[in-house]
Amino acid sequence: MSTTTYREAMREALRDALQRDERVFLMGEDVGAYGGCFAVSLGLLEEFGPGRVRDTPLSESAFVGAGIGAALGGMRPIVEIMTVNFSLLALDQIMNNAATLLHMSGGQCNVPLVIRMTTGAGRQLAAQHSHSLEGWYAHIPGIRVVTPATIDDARWMLWTALEDPDPVLVFEHGGLYGTEGELDESLGPVDLDRAAVRRAGTDVSIITYGGTLAMALDAAARLAERGVDAEVIDLRTLRPLDDETVLGSVARTHRAVIVDEGWRSGSISAELSARITEHAFYDLDAPVGRVCSAEVPMPYARHLEQAALPGVDGVLRAVEELGLRG
Amino acid sequence: MSGIDPAHGLHLLEQMLRVRRMEERCAELYTQAKIRGFLHLYVGEEAVAAGVIGQLDADDAVVATYREHGHALLKGTPMTEILAEMYGVVEGCSRGRGGSMHLFDVAHRVYGGNAIVGGGLPVAVGLALADRLAGRDRVTACFFGEGAVAEGEFHESMNLAALWDLPVLLCCENNLYAMGTALARSESETDIAIKAAAYEMPAWPVDGMDVLAVERAAARAVEAVRGGGGPHFLELRTYRFRAHSMYDPERYRDKAEVRQWREQDPIDRLAGQLRGAGDLDDEGMAGIEARVVAEVDAAVAFAEAGTLEPVESLSRFVVSDRPGGAG
Repeated sequence: MSTTTYREAMREALRDALQRDERVFLMGEDVGAYGGCFAVSLGLLEEFGPGRVRDTPLSESAFVGAGIGAALGGMRPIVEIMTVNFSLLALDQIMNNAATLLHMSGGQCNVPLVIRMTTGAGRQLAAQHSHSLEGWYAHIPGIRVVTPATIDDARWMLWTALEDPDPVLVFEHGGLYGTEGELDESLGPVDLDRAAVRRAGTDVSIITYGGTLAMALDAAARLAERGVDAEVIDLRTLRPLDDETVLGSVARTHRAVIVDEGWRSGSISAELSARITEHAFYDLDAPVGRVCSAEVPMPYARHLEQAALPGVDGVLRAVEELGLRG
Repeated sequence: MSGIDPAHGLHLLEQMLRVRRMEERCAELYTQAKIRGFLHLYVGEEAVAAGVIGQLDADDAVVATYREHGHALLKGTPMTEILAEMYGVVEGCSRGRGGSMHLFDVAHRVYGGNAIVGGGLPVAVGLALADRLAGRDRVTACFFGEGAVAEGEFHESMNLAALWDLPVLLCCENNLYAMGTALARSESETDIAIKAAAYEMPAWPVDGMDVLAVERAAARAVEAVRGGGGPHFLELRTYRFRAHSMYDPERYRDKAEVRQWREQDPIDRLAGQLRGAGDLDDEGMAGIEARVVAEVDAAVAFAEAGTLEPVESLSRFVVSDRPGGAG
C-alpha cells in the first residue's frame, strides 16, 4: 500500500498501459504538451513521444471517430475528451459507430476503444462543464460505462477496460482528481461486472457511484451516529448494471436510497429504482428514495451550485423519509 | 480508341455492368417487397467505384456510404452475400443486421455502409492512423457524397488527415444533390476541390462519368498516398440517374437534366470507345451481359434460399461473444 492521488493513480494506469502494449496510444485535446487539462497525462508525452501521446485539434467527432477507426485497424486507443459536455460533439461517433458497428456488421467489427472523460460539478464551472451525463450514456446498448470512484479503481480499471473487446467509456468525476488515499499496488485487473459494497450495513442500502461515493460514506457515518446502519454500494459500472449486488443488498436491508449527481428524470437513478421495484418489491419496507441534482443547468454561483447538488443532508433526509429516524 | 488495353477495358466495362445489373435487380426486388427499408441505388455513378476501387490492393480498406452496394461488390464482397444481406438473412455479409445501407465485409476490408452523412470520414482517418502507427503501407479509401461537405465531420476529418499526413484517399462523389438539395442551394463555395486545397491536400476534380479518367486519377492518387504523400482528394463529378431512394418522387430536378446526364452514361461511353477501337462487338457485349445476368440470377437464388437468424440470437453482437455474456 502507498499513498497517492486519484490523478496520479490514473496517470500510473495510463503509463502502465502504454508500457505494456505497443498498440495502446493516448489522444485528445491537450493530453501532450499541456499535460492534460486536469494534469492526468502530465509527463507522458516526454516518456512515450508524440506518436503515442497525441495532441489533437479541437475536433471531438474526428478524434473519437479516428479512435474507432484505429481500434478497427488493430490498435488499442485511449481517447480523452476534456469534459462530458464536450463529448456531445462526438455523440454521432459514440452512438452511431462505436456502440453500433459490432451489431450492424453481424459481429465483424468490434471496437476495442476506451474513451475517458471528466464528469460532474462542484468546481463552479457552470452549465457547459459540469453535467453528469454518464447515465445518459448508460442508455446505449453496445458500450460499457464505468465510473471509478476510488484510488484503486482509478489505478486498475483502465487495464481491464483495455482488455474489453468492445467500447468502454470511463467517467472520471472532476472533484476526485485531487483526492488522496491508499493505493493497493498489488491489486491488478479488476472485475468490471461487479458493484462493490463499500460499507456493509443492515438498515438501508445507499446506492451510488463515482463522485458521490465519498459523500454517501460520510452520510453513512452520520447515520451510524444515530444508530442507523447503512450499507453503501458503489455501482462502479453503470452499464451493464450489477442487479445481483443491488437486489441482494435490498433483500437484506429492505430499504434503498439512490444517490446520483445526474438529473432525476429519465436517469440512471430512475432505472435503478425501476429495477428494484420490479424485482425486489416485496422485499421493500418503504418506497425507494432518490437524491439527485436539482433539475437546472448547473449554476456558477457557489451557493446555488451547492444547492443544486446532492449532499449529506439530502441523504439523511431521504433516509428519514423511509421511516428510519435512528 | 487508342491507349486502352482491350482486356482491361473490357474488364472495367464488366465491372460497371455488374454493379448496374445488380442495382436494377434490387429495384425490381424492392417493388416485389423482397427488399425493404431504404434502398439507394448507384446507377449512373458506377465509373467512380470501378475506377477507384480497381486501383486498390486487396489489403486496402474502403469506407463508404449508404449507397455502397457497388463499392462492396467491387472490393470483393460476393454478390450473393450482398443480395442475401438485403433479404435480411443470416447468409448476408452483415448477417441481415445491416441491410442495404450497412454492408460490412472485413475479410475484404469493407468497413460499411455508413448511413450518417459524413460519419464514415473520421473512421477512415482512424483506419489510416492505425496503418501509420503499425508501419503498414496500406491505403484507406473513403467515399462520401458532396452533401457530406456541409458536415462538421468532413472538415474535422480533412484537417486531421492532413495534419497527421495519413494514408487516406478521400473520394467525394459529387452527384450534385444531397438527397433533394442541389449543391448550389447548400454550399457557398460549390467548387469542392478548393475546400480540400484549403487543407493543404492535393485535390483533383475528375470527370466521374469517364471510368478511364477516374482510373488515371485514382492510380496517381493511390500511388502517392501509399508512397507516403499524405491524404489526397478526388472530386468525382458524377450523377445519379435514379431517384435518391425508392421513396423519392424527384420533384427537385428536371427530367431534361436527367436525360442530358444519361447521354453521358459511363457504361455506354466506355462501350462506345471499345467498339470504336474494334475491341467490342455485339457478340462480345452479349457475352458480358450473359455472364453478369447469370451472376445476378445466382445471387438472387442464393438470397432466396437464405435462412432467417433465430430470434433467440437477437441480442447477439450487442457486445462481443464471451463466456457468461454481458450487456
